[in-house]
Formats: sequence, C-alpha cells, structure tokens
Amino acid sequence: MKKILAAVAAFIALPMAIHAEVEVKAAFIYVGPVGDAGWTFAHDQGRKEMAKLPFVKDATYIESVPEGADAARVIRGVAQKGYNLIITTSFGYMDPTVEVAKSFPKVAFLHCAGYKTKPNVGTYFGKIEQPRFLSGMIAGKVTKSNVLGYVAAFPIPEVIRGINAFALGAQSVNPKAVVKVVWTNTWFDPGVERSAAESLLSVDCDVLAMHQDSPATLQAAEKAGKFAMGYNCDMPTFGPKGYLCAPVWNWGVYYADAAKKVHEGTWKAGADWWGIETGIVDLGPMTAAVPDDVKALVTAKRKEMIAGTFHHFTGPIKNQEGKVVVPEGKVLPDEEELKMDYFVEGVKGTIAKMKE
Amino acid sequence: MIDLIETIFDTTIRAGTPILFGTLGAIICERSGVINLGVEGLMLIGALAGFAVTSMTGSFTAGVLAAIFFTMIAGMLHALITVYLKGNQIVSGLALAMLGVGVSALFGRSFVGKGLDGLSRIEIPLLSKIPIFGAMFRQDILVYLSVILVVLIALFFSRTRWGLYLRTVGENPGAADTSGIPVTRYRFWAVALGAGISGIGGAYMSLAYTPFWVENMTAGRGWIAVSLVIFSMWSAPRALFGAYLFGGINAAQLQLQAHGTSVSPYLLTMLPYLFTIGVLIWSTRRLEKGASNEPASLGLPYDREDRK
Repeated sequence: MKKILAAVAAFIALPMAIHAEVEVKAAFIYVGPVGDAGWTFAHDQGRKEMAKLPFVKDATYIESVPEGADAARVIRGVAQKGYNLIITTSFGYMDPTVEVAKSFPKVAFLHCAGYKTKPNVGTYFGKIEQPRFLSGMIAGKVTKSNVLGYVAAFPIPEVIRGINAFALGAQSVNPKAVVKVVWTNTWFDPGVERSAAESLLSVDCDVLAMHQDSPATLQAAEKAGKFAMGYNCDMPTFGPKGYLCAPVWNWGVYYADAAKKVHEGTWKAGADWWGIETGIVDLGPMTAAVPDDVKALVTAKRKEMIAGTFHHFTGPIKNQEGKVVVPEGKVLPDEEELKMDYFVEGVKGTIAKMKE
Repeated sequence: MIDLIETIFDTTIRAGTPILFGTLGAIICERSGVINLGVEGLMLIGALAGFAVTSMTGSFTAGVLAAIFFTMIAGMLHALITVYLKGNQIVSGLALAMLGVGVSALFGRSFVGKGLDGLSRIEIPLLSKIPIFGAMFRQDILVYLSVILVVLIALFFSRTRWGLYLRTVGENPGAADTSGIPVTRYRFWAVALGAGISGIGGAYMSLAYTPFWVENMTAGRGWIAVSLVIFSMWSAPRALFGAYLFGGINAAQLQLQAHGTSVSPYLLTMLPYLFTIGVLIWSTRRLEKGASNEPASLGLPYDREDRK
C-alpha cells in the first residue's frame, strides 16, 4: 500500500516539479543602440551572459527605445508576445514599466535605476559610487592643477551620487581637489559631450570623468594631453596615453541571478541595490598612466569596500554651503543616498531642482 | 575674457561644421525642386564610410572620398524614386533617414570601440594670430573646405549658367524643359551631389570632431540641417550663419557652465530650440512679405505629360 501511495505521489509530484521550473524568455528594452560602446553596450554584455544559461530559452532586446510614453507601447508589445522576464534598462522607463506591469501580473518586470516597485515590478541597480570613489582617488593623486572636470548627463540622484563619490574620493587623498561639473542634458550625443569636455579643459581641469554613454570625453582629454576616466566598460583604445581607468558595470552577474530565480519560481519583486562585493560594479583595469603607489592605495581601499569595512559616504560630509549633512562617524543611510539631490563641498556646479 | 570668447568661437565652428555640410547638401538638392528629409541618414552613412575607410587605409582623403561616394549612392536611390519614378519626396526622404540609421548600424558593428587620432589642425600663418577671429584659421582641412563650398555654391547659383539652369528646374521645370534643359538629369545629379556634400558632414563627425564610430552618432544633426535649409532660405551664406549660430549657442551654454555661471542649465539647453522657434517666426513673417526664396516647384515631381 505504501509503495502504491508513494508511486502515486511521485506521479503527481513529477509534473508539478516540471511545472514549477519554467523556461525563461527574457526581453530587454534599451535606451540607446547596442553599439554605443557605453551604457547599453554594457547591458547587452550582461544579456549575452544570461543567454548562455541552459534554462534561458530566449533573450531578445529592442534598442534605441525613447523614454516616455512610447516606451509603454514597446514594453506592452513584448509582454503580449509571451516573454516572462522583461528588463527595462533606463530611469525614464519607470512609469511605463509600472503601468504595463499592471496588465501582466504573471510576468516579472525589472526596472533599472528607478524607485517604484510593485508586486511584479522589481528595481535593481549597483553601487557604482563605490568604484566612482576609487576613480576619484586616482584623479586626486594624478591631478596637478587640483581641478577635476566632470561631464554629466542629467541632474538626477544617480548622476549626482557619482559626482559626489568622485569628489570625496579625490578629497580623501588630496584635500585641495575641486570638481567642476558641466551638464549636457543628454545621455548620448558625442558632439555635445566633446564640446562639454573641451569647455572643462579650458578652465584648467586636467583629469576628466564623465557620466555619459560615449567615449567623446576621453578623446578630448587625450587630444589636449590631459587625463580621463571612462565609464560603463573599459575604454583604453580611446586614450592611449591619458586613459586612467573606468568604473564598470558587470550586469551579467545580476541578470543570471534574476533568470535563475524566475526559472526556479522563487523570483520576488524587490529593490535590489548591489555593491562592489557582488561584482555587479567594479573598477576596471588601471593603466600604466596610474602610478604604482596610487594603484596600491586604490587596491587596498577596494578590498576594504568589499570586506564592508569602508563606506564611500562616511562623515563628516559637508554640502556646497558648508552645512554638515553626514556627521562624523556616521555613514549616509541607503535611502538618503538614493535620493541625493545636493553636491558635497568642493564640487563646483549647480543642480537645477527637479519637481516630481 | 578674450580667451573665453576665442574658445567659444572655436567650439562654435567645430560644432557648426557638420550641420553646415548637411545644410549645404540639402540646399543643392532642394534648389532643384526635390525635398530631402534624409539628411540624418546620409550623415550617418557618411560618418561610417569615412571612419571605416580611414581606419582601414590610414588615409583621411580616402575616408572623405568614401563618404562622398557612398552617400551619393544613397542619394541616387532617393533621386531614382523621386525623380524618375516620381514617388513621394517626403516618404522617400524619411525612408532614406531610417535606412541610413539601420545600414550604418549594421555595417558599423565591427568598428565600435575603435578610435582614430582625428584630423589635425592647420594653422594659417598671420591670420591665425588675429584675436578671436583667429580661431577660424586654426581649423582642420574639412572646416576650410566647408567655407570654400559656401562661396562656391553661392557663386554657382548666381554666376554660372548651370546654376541658373538648376534654379530654373526648381522654380519652373516646365519652362526649363521647354527651353531645352534636361530637367530629370539636372534633378538627379543635384540630389546625388547634395547627398555627397551632406555625407561629408557625417565624415567630419567621425574623422575630426569625435573621431570614433558609434551608432546614431550624429544624434539629430541631420534634422537640424533640414530645418536650417528653411531658415537659410536656400542660400549658402545664410546656411553658414545659421549653422554657426546654432553651434555657438550650444558652445556658449557649455562654456558658461564650466565657468561656473549660476544660470539654470535647463534654460541654457533650451536656448537653441527657443532660437529655432524664433527664427521660424521671423522667417515666416518674411515669407508673408513676399521675400520667399523657396523654389516654386519644391516637392512636386515633374512629368512632361502633365505639363500645364
């Protein structure tokens, strides 16, 4: 009798087990072209890594989708085609993603860099501020004029955090370092990025960092005989002499994890914000232009970050007006870091306040 | 202060030059009576062709010639549809714009992530020492070419027989036909040549201004060129003025930020577009006063059988 029962139970359980493990059909929505050599390129590398997993049946993408209302149509389109994991990779897709997700409760949605979660909409991002801080240390050591430049896309927390971490990193090794910021108000326009970089070079900046999707800033610095940091992925070819390093994304780490959870049926919508210890962000290889003692210094700090013994926003931190925002001995709480809308002391630039 | 103005002027020229090439090409095309909305696509094809050939051969001349060659081929496609098959010029132009984006992305994959040194600047003795305007004489060969083209195109339309014929074709193809001007041939070559010149604008981006290749790298400059054709009222010198004004506003807003002005960056970024709207109002008012230079048969396919 027991044997029969066990056989029956196994018979019932078997298809259930198969049912619980679903094949993953993922669709990625990109804001730029996959050949941008920057943000979208880095995401696409992650997609390719995810596609290698045996249970990922399909990992497609749609590129150059404008942010805003039109994005909703595109996201709805892939949801209707039966994709069960939809990943939208730009801040501006936040509302369209949430809106479409209401109609597809069984589909897992992941939105990059936003702050709105729903039962089937998770958000994810990485603490790129950590490698930004490390790159700031390099800049602070390499600079001779003590003026660093930063070509920045939009005045949103994601970008502001990076600028602040970069400035604090530089000041941690060089108290005189200041960071000048120029906003381009575009993620991707090589011409404007180049002009912005040149305008910073003309006001004494000798190390440039950037939060843009093209390597135009690096070329401007190289041409002027100055130094530059990349972003998104390693970009040594654009600055044979002046390229120092780049804070880089390894999205594949996260995408593989998400696909695995969807496959096993354990995926839950959350607000994931992974740090350097997971490998989602890191500092790319440092070039020969970085002195050896600086390399050692940065490597040691990176180890502290991975071990969790050093936080990139550790007090005392003052804002531009000189007011203490993080007291001595405290670290900036995650939720405050996520909505950071001010510059720290030593950053020269203005933030036009955005209203919701 | 002089340094600041000189830097702004230098950036102005470099930011304005790709738009200038795009506009000049479109002017030649539209003077013959054919609208070309495909400038963005042409510039992208030019950018890729220029970059690909230069990075393979090491020769900038070969790159620029390749840009002209491939964009002329694309232009001939537009000419075939609009001039010979008498298709809708708007639709064909939009298709050309999209085709250029797609084709350049497809064939450009293997060139992503590579860089070039970029065209070097040629200083013209004495002239480059003039304060402020000296910036004009410390540019690369393509910038000089663009200015020479402005003069040549202006002279072509006002001083040469072919230029007058071409204008006649754009104004009144029926009359041109009657007087023995081969209307279709003129239109075909004006579209092709115009496309080639627009293509140099793309090559300027990928060989001099931002010497690498990425998809969509012209980022809308082709569309600005299309609107500058109307602003310039189909005149080459005014196109130069418009392109530099557009480049200048952009250069100035970035430079002011670097100098730490507290003007809202949103306001500064709005300026080029406010300017465009202002210019459109201004030029429409001029049109009302009858100062239009618009080729009278712009957008109309010519068919000898339908001649009135």
